[in-house]
Amino acid sequence: MYGKGILKGLGVTWRRFWSTYLEDISWLLSGKKRYFTEEGVRHRSSKHARGIFTVQYPEEKLIIPEEFRYVPFLVYDEGEGGKKEVRCTSCGICAKVCPPQCIWIVRSNDPNTGRPIPEPTEFYIDADICMNCGFCAEYCPFDAIKMDHDFEIASYGRNVYSLEKLLKPASYYASIRPENYAREEEARKAKEAAKAAKAAAKPAA
Amino acid sequence: MMTAPVQTQTVDLVARFPGVVAAETRPGYTGFVVEKEKLVEVATALRDEFGYDLLTAVTAVDYLPENKMEVVYHAYKTTGGPGLVFRVQVPRVDPVEVPSLIHVYPGVDLQEREAWDLMGIRFTGHPDLRRILMWEGYEGHPLRKDWKEPFYEEEAKPFKSRWPEGKHILAEERNPFNDNLKFPPNFDPEKWVPDNEESLYAALKRYTVESEDGMNTDRIVVNMGPHHPSTHGVFRAALTLDGETIVGLKPVVGYLHRNHDKIGERNTFLQNMPYTDRLDYFNSMSNNLAYAITVEKLMNIPVAERAEYIRVIMAELSRVQNHLIFIGMLLNDLGAMYTPALYAFEERELILDIFEEVSGARMMCNYLRFGGVVRDVSPAAMHKIKDLVFDRLPAKTDEMERLLAENEVLVARLKGVRVVDAETAVKYSVTGPVLRAAGVPYDIRRADPYSIYDRFDFDVAVRQNGDMYDNFMIRVDEIRQSLRILGQAVKQIPDGPINSQKPQYQVRVPAGEAYGRIESPKGELAFYVVSNGKPNPWRYHVRPASFVNITCLEQMCIGTKIQDFVALLGMLDIVMGELDR
Repeated sequence: MYGKGILKGLGVTWRRFWSTYLEDISWLLSGKKRYFTEEGVRHRSSKHARGIFTVQYPEEKLIIPEEFRYVPFLVYDEGEGGKKEVRCTSCGICAKVCPPQCIWIVRSNDPNTGRPIPEPTEFYIDADICMNCGFCAEYCPFDAIKMDHDFEIASYGRNVYSLEKLLKPASYYASIRPENYAREEEARKAKEAAKAAKAAAKPAA
Repeated sequence: MMTAPVQTQTVDLVARFPGVVAAETRPGYTGFVVEKEKLVEVATALRDEFGYDLLTAVTAVDYLPENKMEVVYHAYKTTGGPGLVFRVQVPRVDPVEVPSLIHVYPGVDLQEREAWDLMGIRFTGHPDLRRILMWEGYEGHPLRKDWKEPFYEEEAKPFKSRWPEGKHILAEERNPFNDNLKFPPNFDPEKWVPDNEESLYAALKRYTVESEDGMNTDRIVVNMGPHHPSTHGVFRAALTLDGETIVGLKPVVGYLHRNHDKIGERNTFLQNMPYTDRLDYFNSMSNNLAYAITVEKLMNIPVAERAEYIRVIMAELSRVQNHLIFIGMLLNDLGAMYTPALYAFEERELILDIFEEVSGARMMCNYLRFGGVVRDVSPAAMHKIKDLVFDRLPAKTDEMERLLAENEVLVARLKGVRVVDAETAVKYSVTGPVLRAAGVPYDIRRADPYSIYDRFDFDVAVRQNGDMYDNFMIRVDEIRQSLRILGQAVKQIPDGPINSQKPQYQVRVPAGEAYGRIESPKGELAFYVVSNGKPNPWRYHVRPASFVNITCLEQMCIGTKIQDFVALLGMLDIVMGELDR
């Protein structure tokens, strides 16, 4: 029968059309909110998603997975009295591995001896050039540079981030990447324990 | 389970052409070196006597220290098996001339133009040797080793200015009009006039007819694009029309050219990985895979078992979403605006969610590393993949087919409209679904298996008519086959490490060359990398599927109506990020 294929296709759109209403009604009857709630957004990006699929940015936002990466930041540990203990040792690996070469580091030198000391005097990331590849965070041996989750960086000027803007506390890092943070802390503690055990074993020998 | 075709016959070109062909002797290199004068003869014999009917890649390498240039050809058989590399070496003295193979393998057309444009190799006998990615009147050949780009800093990354004295300066503060910008000799901006693209229109001119039946008729030239909504980006075609019938066509590309190859040669091997994402930005996982395979070939390292499965899963998920989007966009091109495209985008969203969860980015994944992948797929992500592969995607593929495949309007539009026949497709080096829809069952996953595709049970999707309907339906077939592979891969995936190497930001790559190819969703995607043992590749060449496939566009379009041009271009599934590089 001529036209059967069209009707078949229309059946698909027809079902899709009604499922938007059925879906909304079933959520309404169950007393849950399908829109503007995390549960609703999560549902709309699951295998069960039917009906309205769109997430209404900026009122709603997609759930960001832990590994999501955007322009990097520098991690500092909070020392006593709010002192910022910057993890970065300005070894320069991130600047070397950076594919678009958007990381600029000035290494600190001891004013008396002239020898390099392990902390950056200045640290720039040209966020306009950064391609968010994540290599810097991946290859940093000190867990000092990490990729951020904050993607709303639109501005009227150029986004050249200096050390001041880049530094964020370890607690922030732990809040956006809890699993990574826990894993790294565990590794760090194991390393320290091994070091302490070695130190304890030494005088006995 | 089908096994890959075994290639036992070795080609002895040296015995067939004594004194003309020599076996390659440099360590790390393979193939044959052919005397320039006899190139056409040898290539003809390769095609007719030895059966290498598919010439996939032509590229040039500038060996500046040895003061010579080399043109490298990669030929394959459409019946499967490994390829054959042959090359011509010429002294690096302008003009560098090499005979064109266009009459033996017409598919070299655009690739030879590219080699002329970027490397300055004059292919004698090529009927239309114009620049292709740069514009006419451009000074210099950018891929030559002694050419330097504006904002040039150093030969290779990492740049010394970044560390330890990395005082940030904005790029524009370094004057672009320093001696890094080259002008033709005697260039005077006051007197300069644009060339009006006379050479482009001259290339079309042979179709012009002045008089017919005593009446003066003329053919008109229409420029379709670069800002035409249906050309999938900034693509332009200069068309000669006789009424509504296309009688001549020249693709004009390069609007998105960013000299990817040159950037790649300044980068270290690892730094190229995120750049490959930006080629075919729909399938960054496939691009990563092709590049990783190539460099792993050079480094001669194994890939961790679990990582191999992860790679296959990601590559096949890419293919599924690429083909779904293809179907949606094709319908957009044909005028069924948005409904199929948005249905396709829903599934693509869910697949991109998985990519984001494992790699950290939806499109620019940068997920693969040499020897494995960057991080493991978490159990939660694997669960999501299984949900999609077993529950959602098969049903949605069926739904897409139900929506479109029998629609009488669509069928009437597509059925019987020729895209390309098998013979022409092979001649013009077309690869991918378009070739298979024409009846050539050539799928690199089966014909020249890479990664672990030889372990999976799947059929090479093939259709016989080569018309638009077959080109449309073969995508549906391929989605189904990909889902079959995915189903097996997620069931078989073993536990274990995800990289055979220690993480290192500076890999050691021995000197030599490698040509790594994969069956990307759009056709053969290959990388040709030459290393000289340094941290940066000496030559980094991308053989994109889109670029080589449009070589055939003129053949596809001649004799059809201009309305079909949009659909025919859509069939090739081009993406400009890859085409223009």
